[in-house]
Amino acid sequence: MTKAAELAKMGEVLTNGQIGGRRNIVINGAMQVAQRSTSVTGIGASSGYFTLDRWYLEAGTTAGRLTMTQTADGPIGFANCMKLDCTTADTSIAAGELLVLQQHIEGQDVQAIGKGVTGAKQITLSFYVKANAAFTFNAEIQDQDNGRTNAKSFATTTDWVRHEITFEADADDGSSPFDDDNAKSLSVNFWLHGGSTFTSGTLASGWENTTNANRADGISSFYSSTDNNFFITGVQLEVGSVATPFEHRSYGEELQLCRRYFWAMVPVGEATGAAGDAGQYVMGSGYYLGTGQVELPLVFNQEMRAAPTLEVSSGTNHFVIEAAGGNDYFNTWAIFAAKKQSALLYGTSNVSGTAGQSGRVVASSTSSYVYWSAEL
Amino acid sequence: MMDKTVTSAQYEQNQGQNACVKAVIDGKTLLVPMDNDNTDYQAILEWVADGNTIEEAD
Repeated sequence: MTKAAELAKMGEVLTNGQIGGRRNIVINGAMQVAQRSTSVTGIGASSGYFTLDRWYLEAGTTAGRLTMTQTADGPIGFANCMKLDCTTADTSIAAGELLVLQQHIEGQDVQAIGKGVTGAKQITLSFYVKANAAFTFNAEIQDQDNGRTNAKSFATTTDWVRHEITFEADADDGSSPFDDDNAKSLSVNFWLHGGSTFTSGTLASGWENTTNANRADGISSFYSSTDNNFFITGVQLEVGSVATPFEHRSYGEELQLCRRYFWAMVPVGEATGAAGDAGQYVMGSGYYLGTGQVELPLVFNQEMRAAPTLEVSSGTNHFVIEAAGGNDYFNTWAIFAAKKQSALLYGTSNVSGTAGQSGRVVASSTSSYVYWSAEL
Repeated sequence: MMDKTVTSAQYEQNQGQNACVKAVIDGKTLLVPMDNDNTDYQAILEWVADGNTIEEAD
């Protein structure tokens, strides 16, 4: 790029206000936070959040399988990436098959785009990728509120390459802004595999009312061989027409942003000791509501997006209350009065104590886990 | 596009009130609060709209 062009770009960035404030709309773009797990095998039969926080993998009807890992690899400035490794190939592709890496974003966090109204702004997606070979995949912005999409293709090589893709402003007809709420409004989608339902059309040149056949036109298949792998990091979505340098945030900041959607209160494997042992995982101060019920009130340290779902282990001696009356092991928890800010855990399975007595509540098995989820 | 698959749902009671829904979603047993913003609860409501029923608590 010439000096004049650089200055022109800089002027554009200043005009668009991209220098000031937080730029990256994507959370965990540098693949730092992995509260659930750092590696999961056999993915492909169903969709879900598997390893790195905020990154959802949509998978459907394919026989292909993959391993997803947080991997210590990346271009200069990035310690981690997400690696997808094909472990079962699928070369007989049925119409409805798909594999899409996604991040869903709340409407109240994308109002700066001004989408769907006069004066709507361009947005720019940048990311680093590499693979075992040259592939063509699609990066797509999806307006979930108004059923509109805009996809562009990109190519991989065996070296890290930063792609910078600017998506047109979508002024539309003035009637399709993002909802200003806590629901899913915008999705960043990386199409890695698709059947004819998604590939039989023609990639649109800009925004269009979603036509499934156009969305993955021209892409390669990640599942074409068990030799295949795909690496991605440094994902940034920002308002404006210029891809500015990746906005690095501290691990602590990124973790707190992730906890709005998921909190591993007791990560599996972290409780390594039983009652009285330093390896126990302290959960808080609880009490017996009655002889057969233990309660543990919680105030979340990060307000969650919605009242969260509890995913909790259940097994002999997974939890214990250490009270004056002795150590009382019990099996699992349920929830009451769950809100975005707080919840009450209560346990009745195998509980026996003295009403009113308080005690230290801990997780006491390496198999214990307590996860809260308010994902989009 | 595929989304969550609900295979069963039953209310859990505490102090005589329905406290949450214990549901199997995508093969996992989850305790889901009855909050319309919660996407698991949204999936349960869609499952009910398809003709299924949340079982009463034991």
